[in-house]
Amino acid sequence: MNNAITVENVSLRFAEKTILNQVTFHVQEGEIFGLLGPSGAGKTTLIKILTGQHRQDSGYAELLKKDTRKLGVREHEQIGTMMDSLGLYDRLSAYDNLLFYAEICHVGRSRITDLLKSIGLYESRRVAVSKLSKGMKNRLSLARALLNDAKILFLDEPACGLDPATTQEIHRVLRRQREKGKTIFLTTHNMFEAQSLCDHVALLSKGSIIEYGKPADICKKYNHTDELRMTLKDGKTLSLKNGSASALLMKELLEKEAIQTIHSTEPTLEDVFIELTGRGLD
Amino acid sequence: MGTFALSLSNMAAVFKKQLKDTFKNKTVLIQFIMLPVLTLIMNDAIRVEGMPEHFFINLFATMYTGMAPLTGIAAVIAEEKEKNTLRVLRMSNVKPYEYLLGIGGYIWLACMAGASVICAAGSFKTGEAAAFLAVMAAGILISLLVGAAIGIWSKNQMMATSIVLPVMMIFSFLPMLSMFNEDIARVAKFTYTEQVRILLLQTASAHIGIGDIGIILGNVILFITLFALAYKKCGLE
Repeated sequence: MNNAITVENVSLRFAEKTILNQVTFHVQEGEIFGLLGPSGAGKTTLIKILTGQHRQDSGYAELLKKDTRKLGVREHEQIGTMMDSLGLYDRLSAYDNLLFYAEICHVGRSRITDLLKSIGLYESRRVAVSKLSKGMKNRLSLARALLNDAKILFLDEPACGLDPATTQEIHRVLRRQREKGKTIFLTTHNMFEAQSLCDHVALLSKGSIIEYGKPADICKKYNHTDELRMTLKDGKTLSLKNGSASALLMKELLEKEAIQTIHSTEPTLEDVFIELTGRGLD
Repeated sequence: MGTFALSLSNMAAVFKKQLKDTFKNKTVLIQFIMLPVLTLIMNDAIRVEGMPEHFFINLFATMYTGMAPLTGIAAVIAEEKEKNTLRVLRMSNVKPYEYLLGIGGYIWLACMAGASVICAAGSFKTGEAAAFLAVMAAGILISLLVGAAIGIWSKNQMMATSIVLPVMMIFSFLPMLSMFNEDIARVAKFTYTEQVRILLLQTASAHIGIGDIGIILGNVILFITLFALAYKKCGLE
């Protein structure tokens, strides 16, 4: 599998403050990659570097085999972006917003209709953006990112502040894009989003990558106790080592139907983040 | 080395977007139509003994030149910067000059439509009307340079408004005040709007002084420099 994005030792300082420090990772073609970190960690700055909006002080970043400092029209045609500030025209309707970008990207009107239907905004297509809810605006911004059928999507906090139903809707759209072979680079500080959606994640703290890999592998790596915690129906709690030694007792409890709940002690990504940095993701 | 490739379709898309937006943006729309409508009313309703011919036409045409394009383009650019729509446009391969030409072209044409209404109110002969519109066209272009420089310089709409207001007052009201005060006239003659007023007065006599055009050219060079400095410092980000 080829790399769609390669980042090697990228650093950036701004007004004596380190924004990115020797950041290194890669994103494979056709995967959903999550850059996980709290606000101010440098996630948006990294997107700006990867999309050619900013230049790093040192290091190398490559997008579709091209130095991000030299991205041209051809590369930009392969990029779809959804930034944290949505960049929509408030007074124009949802349809007119997409029509404007469709004209710039030389995309037909049928594509606009298809996209509006696929993100559930077709009925509201004539409504001015200022009158849409936050979730609808996010979906519209996502539709604009998908408009030119780009190879790579950069999504900055795509589901930030949205209700669970809208979040699931957006995740569904993103999974469909992955099935089509698109590469998706998303930033988030939502561990559930990262864990359920991403093939690989990188944890970013104060401009440095502190962990990188598959979400499940990272969680497994930091599962120091590797136990199963049970709450029994009589209210007692029980911890068992995750292994064959616990099999007999487990079988007995199951036969007696004595178990109320059972959980693994495997940490979440947020637990890992807290362990590594001493602070949470919010 | 960079290449200068102009996409007419991008410019047309920006133009069409702005046309749609204007009809839903009362603040900008009112700038385009207020003075032309006021000219029609005042020119028809007020007749004072000894009042110079085309007094209201020239007065409002000059004010329109210093007001509508300047506030219009500054407001549009500042709003796009504030709401980050410009960044998305840049990411969509729209070049800064395509955007500026699209927006500038639209506002210039909208203002020329307003100027045509003012001109029609004067019932000029064909040659006079052509000269009137040519002077207005040049004045509107200079105002667009000033307004674009302010829009680019401003981080948001509030900042743009706070800069535009005094600048607009100077360029639109100085020519009017100069008619009543010689001291003000001595200063005002160095502004392009005062020269627009003087040139509009001369369109009827078909005599346009070279010195007047020299001041306008001086203004053009000054504002192109200011525009270039603003763009170099702030860009369209």
